[in-house]
Amino acid sequence: MSKLDKYLRLDQFPHFACSGCGHGITLSSMVRAIDKLGLDQNTTIMVCAIGCAGRLPVYLNFPSIRTPHGRALTVATGIKLADPKLKVIVFMGDGDAAAIGGNHLIHAARRNIDITAIIAINEIYGMTGGQYAPTTQPGHLASTAPFGMIEPPMDICKLVEAAGATFVARGDIYHVVELEKLMLKAISHKGFSVVEALTNCPTQFGRRNKNSKPSEMIKNIKEMTITKKQAEQLSKEELEHILLRGILVDKERPEYIEEYDRITNFKEEVSLK
Amino acid sequence: MSNKVLMQGNQAVAEAALVAGVKVVAGYPITPSTEVIELLSRKLPAHGGRFIQMEDEIASIGAIIGASAAGKKAMTATSGPGFSLMQELLGYAAMVEIPIVIYNAQRVGPSTGGATKPQQGDIMQTKWGSHGESPRIALCPSRVEEAYKLTITAFNLSEKYMVPVVILADEILAHIRESITIPEPNSFEIINRRTDAPPQEEYLPYKVDHTGIPILPPLGGGYRYNISGMIHGDKGVPNLAPETIDYCIRRINNKLKKYYNDIVMIEKMEEEGSKIAVLAYGSTARPAKGAVRMAIENGIKVDFIRPITIWPFPEREVREIARRVDKILVPEMNFEGQVVGLVRQSIEGAAEVIQFNKISGLPMYAEEIYHQILKIDRGEK
Repeated sequence: MSKLDKYLRLDQFPHFACSGCGHGITLSSMVRAIDKLGLDQNTTIMVCAIGCAGRLPVYLNFPSIRTPHGRALTVATGIKLADPKLKVIVFMGDGDAAAIGGNHLIHAARRNIDITAIIAINEIYGMTGGQYAPTTQPGHLASTAPFGMIEPPMDICKLVEAAGATFVARGDIYHVVELEKLMLKAISHKGFSVVEALTNCPTQFGRRNKNSKPSEMIKNIKEMTITKKQAEQLSKEELEHILLRGILVDKERPEYIEEYDRITNFKEEVSLK
Repeated sequence: MSNKVLMQGNQAVAEAALVAGVKVVAGYPITPSTEVIELLSRKLPAHGGRFIQMEDEIASIGAIIGASAAGKKAMTATSGPGFSLMQELLGYAAMVEIPIVIYNAQRVGPSTGGATKPQQGDIMQTKWGSHGESPRIALCPSRVEEAYKLTITAFNLSEKYMVPVVILADEILAHIRESITIPEPNSFEIINRRTDAPPQEEYLPYKVDHTGIPILPPLGGGYRYNISGMIHGDKGVPNLAPETIDYCIRRINNKLKKYYNDIVMIEKMEEEGSKIAVLAYGSTARPAKGAVRMAIENGIKVDFIRPITIWPFPEREVREIARRVDKILVPEMNFEGQVVGLVRQSIEGAAEVIQFNKISGLPMYAEEIYHQILKIDRGEK
């Protein structure tokens, strides 16, 4: 028995994920980060919604709530309003977080409410059979982009930074030790924190894009990012086609509920004049 | 000692929600309901609660579901267009049995319709607006004082039966100001959801006892269970076995059938020997009652029945009226009639049902309804 078994709902196994899927690496990185932080399993709430990534927290032995597609952050916001002492982690896929839930993502970031959003990016809607996502790269094939993707992909890290998130990081499933560290920092950050985790989907993405060998896909993911330090050596043009990895934003700004409680700290009703 | 005050319908809902113990309110501005969130944003902090204006109505209902799952009483307020957006999560709340209260001040639709004009157009949406079949309770106040009392009832029923409750008002009631008598806050019975869950080792979130109502301790309160909108059995985790689908859907819907007598409320006035009844609800019930009085004063015997609970529909009570009379007149502020269909379905031909619809954005007037009663009495209708 692994020392991490206590974080799993072992009676729910075997899990539904395909062999070679990177979601397990993302999820286990999060679980190890939680373990290192020593978070209380009863007061750390897992919120998720729909899709392959959205179903994974059901396997974790925490209080968990699984909402309709895209709505995880709204429910997470309500949980924090009810009980700000709770640690709330939202686990989402790219479609869940950035397409159907995109508006909620922007506003959670803007409020800087103390929630950690972990977003697994695999460029595809795996659960429904390989449709394109807001993160699908140009030219890539999907069941609804049979002639190739023509929409530019969304840079979720830039989006949430612009919206006001106070911790933003990008990791990937090749740099797994780094991914765990990013998650640890994000979860311990006060305010809205986002970790984008680049991952693979051999079954729905790889198969359509002539590369479904998980190890090859993970090597490709390794080539998709560079560190900030490596980026210093590159020209502006070269940087256009590569993603930055590591901590991209780490700053302080009043957290929403702390700020709310600070300005509403009175015991009597305020006159309605 | 009770307190006589001048109060607007929306204000009554907000004040009563505080008495009921609301602690989290999330909303998005929309006429004619906005005063509810304005007032609660001002008053909640002093009552130990928090308010948030969310980015849309979907987020608003999402936030109150989260707050309620974490153990706090929570509500939102909206009108037709916002209520349409909430349907997805209204079905979810019913499916996962997280209690919430939604105040919907109905306005003229479809679409943007008319923000400041009343309609009784959301009756069907309230029950059937989200996909699948799921339970909800809807209460239709017709006076400001009743809006106050029914708001407390809404929270009580929601907590008792772990079900979403909709307070289905309309623009008239939302904005009207009336002198009302408010009983002392401690004179109301306040019901809180059950907390007597067995220890974690034996606990299964959706395993119910003889009551049929699950016990869902607050998230973070020491129990590590899963809440999911997917079909689930006792454990609360996805399970699509045929017997689980059958059990899950039956159980959530049968709750309200089992407690029909506790949930269904009506008001009625019966005249010995009536051949005609008028059935009306919400703001239309007031002129309807006036019309019935006019008829009685002029020697025409007419029964009056007002469903206070509109979902579940008071079919037994309506059937009873249908046995007494030959014709039932149903005036509604809508085009095709919504409750009229429920009346027909309930009574299965036991009386003739005559509808009277008005969709001008003006209130129904007693004279108009009285005129219809006269026509029915003369055999012209």
